[in-house]
Amino acid sequence: MSTFEALAGNEAVATAMRQIDPDVVAAYPITPQTSTVQKFADFVADGLVTTEFVTVESEHSAMSACVGASAAGARVMTATAANGLALMWEIVYIAASSRLPIVMSLVNRALSGPINIHCDHSDVMGMRDAGWIILFSENGQEAYDNLIQAVRIAEHPDVLLPVAVCQDGFITSHGMERVEIYDDADVKAFVGSYQPQWSLLDLQNPMTYGPLDFYDYYYEHKRQQVAAMEKAPEVILAVAAAFNRQFNRDYGMFESYRLGDAEVAVVVANSAAGTAKVVVDQLREEGLKVGLLKPRVFRPFPAQEMSAALRHVKAVAVMDRAISFGAMNNAGPLFLEIAAALALHGERMPIADYVFGLGGRDILPGEIESVYRDMFRAAESGRVEQMVTYLSVRE
Amino acid sequence: MATKLTPKELAKNVERLTPGHRLCAGCGASIIVRQMLAAIDEPVVIANATGCLEVATTIYPYTAWRVPWIHNAFENAASTISGVEAAYRSMVRQGKIPEQNIKFLAFGGDGGTYDIGLQALSGAVERGHQFLYVCYDNGAYMNTGIQRSSATPLGAHTTTSPAGKVVPGKQQHRKDLTAIMAAHNIPYVAQAAPSKWRDLMEKTRKAVNCGGAAFMNVLSSCNRGWRHNTDETIEITQLAVDCCYWPLFEVENGEWRLSYTPKEKRPVEDWLKRQGRFRHLFRPENRYLIDVMQKEVDRRWEHLLRLCGAA
Repeated sequence: MSTFEALAGNEAVATAMRQIDPDVVAAYPITPQTSTVQKFADFVADGLVTTEFVTVESEHSAMSACVGASAAGARVMTATAANGLALMWEIVYIAASSRLPIVMSLVNRALSGPINIHCDHSDVMGMRDAGWIILFSENGQEAYDNLIQAVRIAEHPDVLLPVAVCQDGFITSHGMERVEIYDDADVKAFVGSYQPQWSLLDLQNPMTYGPLDFYDYYYEHKRQQVAAMEKAPEVILAVAAAFNRQFNRDYGMFESYRLGDAEVAVVVANSAAGTAKVVVDQLREEGLKVGLLKPRVFRPFPAQEMSAALRHVKAVAVMDRAISFGAMNNAGPLFLEIAAALALHGERMPIADYVFGLGGRDILPGEIESVYRDMFRAAESGRVEQMVTYLSVRE
Repeated sequence: MATKLTPKELAKNVERLTPGHRLCAGCGASIIVRQMLAAIDEPVVIANATGCLEVATTIYPYTAWRVPWIHNAFENAASTISGVEAAYRSMVRQGKIPEQNIKFLAFGGDGGTYDIGLQALSGAVERGHQFLYVCYDNGAYMNTGIQRSSATPLGAHTTTSPAGKVVPGKQQHRKDLTAIMAAHNIPYVAQAAPSKWRDLMEKTRKAVNCGGAAFMNVLSSCNRGWRHNTDETIEITQLAVDCCYWPLFEVENGEWRLSYTPKEKRPVEDWLKRQGRFRHLFRPENRYLIDVMQKEVDRRWEHLLRLCGAA
């Protein structure tokens, strides 16, 4: 039987980790992820998990120990945020290229500098080319559900890639919400047991992990990483379907909210999508045909499906909680990707970028409403007034 | 029964690091690895920091290792093996895999150990993982072309501490990493050299059976960096031991013990003059550096004797 509990996002994630009961967790505390590892440490101290909890001296060692443990055939998890992820960077790439199915809870926080402990997506956007599968979560429930699904996605023999599950720092990680926690046995049955194919602890078949790879093979190994990414969507959707059958929650590559007959659309990920849904409902009551597209799977990026879902709208606004400095018009990463996807799939509606919420600045319903109203004007005139707008910033 | 540490008995065992690897002729690292692995009868799993030993033994699609082996990156051999060891303990405890008395080892050069990997090493031994970390100390970043490290001896010419017209080589003494590791109060720390192979092998056995984290610092000649002939490796290594630049000792549960006392303590100059990296020190204007080095070697040796209760 599932139960409904009042949990902060980090507690929901820690609960999923308890239920998954990985063989090894290696993690280092960092705001706003810390309460995840604290809660998990409680589970270890109280004997509620069989996990070997490796309390490393840095995030670099956290990811390094994860690589060692995963190569040894263990089911492995970690959690981090912002600068912690940045310190892991080198090994984040090695985890993916070694095809190790490590699962990470990533609590999105602004990267220094200046130092700031609050939410934005500059941390995850930096790892978008690292070879990890990346899932976004609107709230604690989704962070919990995505983490459970991540284990099966990562370990699928056709994939064998690490997965990062994102949630917004403080807004979700520390915001208490009603979360449905499934029965322990059902979660354990859903994730099943991990059967490693190439364990470092297989003494009869000694493996060499991480050899020197020159121009004669390196390129082929990179191509194999692409092949794994290519297979990932099918696995992600199959895992989502199984999850829906078991727990009655429907997940896809992204969520379309009142998008079917919408004239204008906003694309926004993580917690701000929840705020945007409220705005959509309000504007719909005024009779305005507005919709929302909320990305869930950011890597691999479902370009074709997103373009198809947005094909009928007359204007699109992408909202970015990060900046790609020096990129086209200094836009955000999500905008760049969606603009490219729409253009390459032949969609020519006006599209604009709205950067918001950097360093944890609040995004208010009124601001999202103004974005929709901008899009109606763009739909009418056939062009956006400004390609990139920095919402609620003091210029 | 453990294999007797005699060449005849040891020769019966299968080599764990096979011939055909691409380390240089006369490289100390492969001699050390073969001696140490021959001393361990139990199964081993090895992590290797980026460095000569790693690049020269595993050029894809080949590997010279007959035992499980992982390379992750430069600075994290200790944290990587800590993850492997944690996975092993976890899965044995849960009954997922059988107990197999595996000995976990990590190998890193002085660059990967004294410098960039010191934090990961400190953390891993503090956490008490059961593994032996071996630093093969050749006194510079040899793999990238002989750049100075904090293990480089005073006055040595390296490509980032070159002997120039004004600056005569490296300006600092070697960091005492073995003492730093002893200060972690782990069960076993030792300093060894392949020229005293039985001592090295006995220490290896103690290290892997100490019941906790162990560290060994092993002097590893690199003839490319030290500048000597390829057949002089063992002889020049032993000179470092006999001049007390590289004393052989162990720290077992906090007890310091000298494991070798030279019959006659040779002047450090005897070791220096055999190596091209110190050639400039023998010019009149630089000879004072040999005196400075001798004083420092003497001071550290006297200190070690006091720690070992042998003063």
